[in-house]
Amino acid sequence: MRVAVLQFPGSNCDDDCMQAFGRVLGCEASLVWHGETSLPAGTDLVVLPGGFSYGDYLRCGAIAAHSPVMSATKRFAERGGTVFGICNGFQVLTEARLLPGALLRNAGLAFVCKDVALRVESQHSDLTARVAPGSQLVMPIAHMEGNYFADAATLDAMEARGQIVLRYVDRATGEPAQTANPNGACRNIAGVANERGNVIGMMPHPERAVEDVLGGTDGLALLAALVAQVSARAA
Amino acid sequence: MRARVIIVPRPEVLDPQGRAVAHALSGLGFAGVRDVRVGRIVYLTLEDGLGRAEAAREVDRMAKELLANLIVEDFTVEWID
Repeated sequence: MRVAVLQFPGSNCDDDCMQAFGRVLGCEASLVWHGETSLPAGTDLVVLPGGFSYGDYLRCGAIAAHSPVMSATKRFAERGGTVFGICNGFQVLTEARLLPGALLRNAGLAFVCKDVALRVESQHSDLTARVAPGSQLVMPIAHMEGNYFADAATLDAMEARGQIVLRYVDRATGEPAQTANPNGACRNIAGVANERGNVIGMMPHPERAVEDVLGGTDGLALLAALVAQVSARAA
Repeated sequence: MRARVIIVPRPEVLDPQGRAVAHALSGLGFAGVRDVRVGRIVYLTLEDGLGRAEAAREVDRMAKELLANLIVEDFTVEWID
């Protein structure tokens, strides 16, 4: 299972992703610089890590979305390859139009860094295909622009197709309460997929919850499910 | 030839920055501000060889492809000289 972790100037979760997919999950993971015009041969999964690509200039992810490696990533996704963006990686995927919607400044105007509870909403994506809907997972968020926005018609269509894969929920009730929404995201959305389910983006950081020493392993469960799904397809 | 591209959040998009500025203005005693939207301005200096019509087409494409995100922002172009 070959994982390509994209590296933009300003990425800062690239090594975390290398650790999670490489050392912890045993994948053959490699860093791919943003100026590359092709992905390594045999790539099964492309991961866009968190960080502040291009210093968040203009809009988060806007400049990274036009980098050479993103052209290769678009071709990979069009062929059905799995592409997974975390935090800034999610922002890059929306700016690249590989995912619907946009990520706006947090409603509270503050950088939010804390553990949140998530509920798996749909098995429509490669990330969640092997996770029971309704499962609750706890992992950190750390962002300033995680306020997911799409117009109501787009959101309704996404809901109908199962493209909303993760929501922020109250840890006690398991429900997407307004008080459990850390950033003002429309309908408590934490993660979405494209129509085909092979491109997925999420604001929380599963790669920061892959070992007990990090405070939890719920992220590992999610990433392991992704790797299992992609491996099964590659086989 | 210089153009000013003015980018603002679309009306249906919540603008928390604008709301914070409105709140601060009200705190300073400026009454009568109904709404504040915070956007950004990009100044472009273009090669003189381009005609105005071609330059306008180019700037429109630049705005749509990169400078603005039309899902959440609107833009207008003004010509300075």
